[in-house]
Amino acid sequence: MSDRESHSHHISQQFNAELDDAKTRMLEMGGLVEKQVRDAITAFMALDSGLAEEVSKRDNNVNDFEVAIDEECTLILARRQPAASDLRLVLAISKTLNDLERMGDEATKIAKHAVALANEGGLTRSYLEIRHIGDHVAAMVRDSLDAFARFDSTLALNVAQEDNSVDMEYGTAMRTLVTYMMEDPRSIGSVLNVMWSLRSLERIGDHARNIAEHVIYLVEGKDVRHVGLKEMEAEVKG
Amino acid sequence: MAADAPQTRTHAIKMDSLGRSGGNKSLSNEDIALTVDDLSLYYGDKQALYNIEMKIPHKRVTAFIGPSGCGKSTLLRCFNRMNDLVDGCKIEGKIHLDGNNIYEKGVDAAALRRNVGMVFQKPNPFPKSIYENVAYGLRIQGINKKRVLDEAVERSLRGAALWDEVKDRLQDNALGMSGGQQQRLVIARTIAVEPEVLLLDEPASALDPISTLKIEELIYELKSKYTIVIVTHNMQQAARVSDYTAFMYMGKLVEFGDTDTLFTNPTKKQTEDYITGRYG
Repeated sequence: MSDRESHSHHISQQFNAELDDAKTRMLEMGGLVEKQVRDAITAFMALDSGLAEEVSKRDNNVNDFEVAIDEECTLILARRQPAASDLRLVLAISKTLNDLERMGDEATKIAKHAVALANEGGLTRSYLEIRHIGDHVAAMVRDSLDAFARFDSTLALNVAQEDNSVDMEYGTAMRTLVTYMMEDPRSIGSVLNVMWSLRSLERIGDHARNIAEHVIYLVEGKDVRHVGLKEMEAEVKG
Repeated sequence: MAADAPQTRTHAIKMDSLGRSGGNKSLSNEDIALTVDDLSLYYGDKQALYNIEMKIPHKRVTAFIGPSGCGKSTLLRCFNRMNDLVDGCKIEGKIHLDGNNIYEKGVDAAALRRNVGMVFQKPNPFPKSIYENVAYGLRIQGINKKRVLDEAVERSLRGAALWDEVKDRLQDNALGMSGGQQQRLVIARTIAVEPEVLLLDEPASALDPISTLKIEELIYELKSKYTIVIVTHNMQQAARVSDYTAFMYMGKLVEFGDTDTLFTNPTKKQTEDYITGRYG
């Protein structure tokens, strides 16, 4: 087990500072990505191409974060040869960066679909599925980052469990959207934009689950990738 | 589930499919070379080891780590009864080597030390030729046939990864060699008498990084033939060379387990604090 205080007790103050900096910056990047996801959803619902363009532009900042923090992690590995919970922290940060960057890409895709929809003249009806699943996924992103910040493997487990309900909601939404397309073939173009955006949201949920798995690895020292939820629960609670 | 699908899905870090020595190890699957049974040791009134219980597996590298004064060298010295030579040293408990208690009355300490060889921190070659250094152990056993000695010297020097460097100057004085070469010569001298166990007490701490890597590489090769126990202050070294690691603190064995687990996810907080450089 490791807790969030444990990384500030090294004999080397410099090592404390380096680990803390990498973690803080990763959480900062996480905050930015969460905002990207929320803004992309808002832009899509409001067909606000201005906001959507902003989201696309800000993706560069997300990418810069990834490169810079990954460099920090590389230097820590090279200089400090971290072991045990320190090693797991550096690895978890590095892997989480990857997932955050991919979330950023998915948010950008949603923004692009919003722009495309706005250019096509909008939707013939409102698609609440995006709002609903979007809120759900955005909450997962926030919780996965909170779990990391607090070294909270129970919260991480919740995120992983939420991912299953998102997957179910996604399946339901897909079936509904297919019926719309059958009813009104003229809507197929715009409904496809909705479908792709939902697909992106579902992927963001998967990345949030990945981050939750990194948190469980960090805190419990157990690799819970590719295991079922029950087994994951046993690792966290056992 | 397909027949070749992995059965256990919760992985501790496993590397055995990569052919590395690490991964999926468990003491229960190992042959045991040395068993330490409730061992306590006193220097006069001062207790240095407390009720140590430990099993050291056969033909594996076991590392002892811990801060200065934790008793790791003391414990290492128990394995070939080097502590017998210390005044006021008292030992309770047993150490079994292949089932026989080495502290039993009547055990020949000299024979034991031949079977359990030891290499120290500072290379200590004799002020003799390279050849005579390696042949020394055999000569005191009364072996003087040149052919036998030649063979043993070459085999031992090859075993210590030194042969190619010294084969043309076997009659040179050993003290003219570099520190790293001297340390490998001492290892050659130790394995010349074909011991079962090799005890290495900080074997690389007086060496430069390249010589250190050569010694570590040598340790990796030697473990196919010998049970190796190494004391080291260098934790990365322990992580690199050993299969099992024991963490000791204040004369007690805190944690003993396979090296991969101990360095990625130790069980005890004290171990974690030590290997990650935190305040104890």
